[in-house]
Amino acid sequence: MSAAAATAAASYSLVRQPAMETGLLEVSMGPHHPSTHGVFRMDVRLDGETVVALKPVFGYLHRNHEKLAEGMSYLASMPFTDRLDYFNSMTNNWAYALAAEQLLPIEVPERAQYLRVIMAELTRLVNHTSLVGFFLNDLGALGTPLLYAFRERERILDLFEQASGARMMCNYFRFGGLRCDVPEGWLARARAVVDAFPRFLDEFEKLLCENEIVLARTQRVGVLSGAQAVNAGITGPMLRASGVNYDLRKVDRYGIYERFAFRVPLGSAGDCYDRFMIRLLEMRESLKILDAALRDIPTGPVMGNAPRVFKPAASETYGRVESPKGELGFYLIADGTTKPYRYRVRPPSFINLTVLEDLCVGHTIADAVVILGSVDIVLGEVDR
Amino acid sequence: MTEQINVVAQEVPGFTRAELEQAGVLLSSVEGLYNWARGGSVWPLTFGLACCAIEMIASATSRFDIARFGSEVFRPSPRQADLMIVSGTVTKKMAPQVVRIYNQMPEPKWVIAMGACAISGGPFKQGYNVLKGIDRYLPVDVYLPGCPPRPEAVLQALNYLQEKILNIRIEQDPAFTAGRRQYPVPRFTGTDLEPPYNPEVWRPPANPNTEPARPKKAATA
Repeated sequence: MSAAAATAAASYSLVRQPAMETGLLEVSMGPHHPSTHGVFRMDVRLDGETVVALKPVFGYLHRNHEKLAEGMSYLASMPFTDRLDYFNSMTNNWAYALAAEQLLPIEVPERAQYLRVIMAELTRLVNHTSLVGFFLNDLGALGTPLLYAFRERERILDLFEQASGARMMCNYFRFGGLRCDVPEGWLARARAVVDAFPRFLDEFEKLLCENEIVLARTQRVGVLSGAQAVNAGITGPMLRASGVNYDLRKVDRYGIYERFAFRVPLGSAGDCYDRFMIRLLEMRESLKILDAALRDIPTGPVMGNAPRVFKPAASETYGRVESPKGELGFYLIADGTTKPYRYRVRPPSFINLTVLEDLCVGHTIADAVVILGSVDIVLGEVDR
Repeated sequence: MTEQINVVAQEVPGFTRAELEQAGVLLSSVEGLYNWARGGSVWPLTFGLACCAIEMIASATSRFDIARFGSEVFRPSPRQADLMIVSGTVTKKMAPQVVRIYNQMPEPKWVIAMGACAISGGPFKQGYNVLKGIDRYLPVDVYLPGCPPRPEAVLQALNYLQEKILNIRIEQDPAFTAGRRQYPVPRFTGTDLEPPYNPEVWRPPANPNTEPARPKKAATA
């Protein structure tokens, strides 16, 4: 137990002395609350300002994604995966394409593999910059860091738009490749964005990482131990912030990730500060991958020999990628028709949210907001 | 507003409004001035539902800068907001909350239905848990299509709303005459909403199947 949690627990027992018996206050935070990142509700029980119990309430954005997918052809679900985690449409596409390509093996051409990596890492940059902006917003730095983050996000979204035609909902991947090649000059423009990005990161880190308020509000807050994280099935940056070295890009080596040299940053304390820093460090590693991918990308086709009608034989499969929020997996059961019999999404931010109560109990209600911000949830994915 | 000012301007014989403006004379009715001021400072509610909320936030950031149109003050509390941007999918579980938040807003208040989901249910319309358009429960002023709409489109919707505000006749508009408009909050039964729509603001479109049948043709000639 960390020092802060121990102090909080000590003061808690003090308040619970029989002579000073006080009532617990029940607060329903959300579904309309600016700090819950969408329509998420936390039923919090408070003793003074200290969180005693916390119950997450889901389902305010349940859009029956899985049920809809069972009624349509495999490819028709692709645009719906964009809307799962609406920051990361490219990695969602990839996870789904990966699962489908296991059902019916299709060779993905070399250029498409490179473009997939480039798009996925650009998506990681978008997600992590936005997350840091929103996280600082939750800490009370209203506006400024978020404006910086969105300024950079727009530059990357421009690239997405030029490649796929849409800013957010790209719908760019297909089974066996990509929908279309990137336009002429795109790689040079991507190179310019990637080259300019470290300057922004330097500025961002200078602004935030040693800020006294950020340190005071995030260090030793919401400590998640490595063992607890593994037991709860936590994945992604949140797991690595607790010091567990597990990155699907290294473990599965899906796509062509084995060709790139990059490191997996690890945290040591597992607190909110580590979870915040790990995102900044991961962006540096993504830039390395992007740098190499943009240098080595070959020319050629971007679409393999996919059949006109995607009709796999009866089988089941699980495809997963390291999405910016964690392990995003698609579990598909094929029954020999053109529609999946069962379509299941393993959403990283939903599973990462399961430890929220353990992280928040003993901290103040203001810290619960910070902890939720550091978990990095997107309700489209949590509720589906 | 243009119309009203022209009415006033006609009272100055021999001058058009443009000529007066060039001479440094601005003429307006109180109503015109009031609407102009109100249209230039519409405060939206910080209220994100789904994907569209991100584009709504993007419209407030540096590149698009909704502050140019006077609407940068996003208010988390409905008590201080003029405009509700229903940004994203309204599920059946969320719909009662949306109506309740609308009821808490003071008059005058406006609603923009942002994105295909808020307009009609959008891509998720076939699902069992998605409301097929927020206009079933709330009066919508501007429909903003797209999935999601671009931030420029959000700004255009705001411009349309401002145009609408400029043309308000205060003594006739429900925002000023009907007191605070409050609509019945639907009840979520666990499977559906009760009632399915508010007949005050929405009526189901005419169903060709229930219209009186046309006279039948004679059997095969």
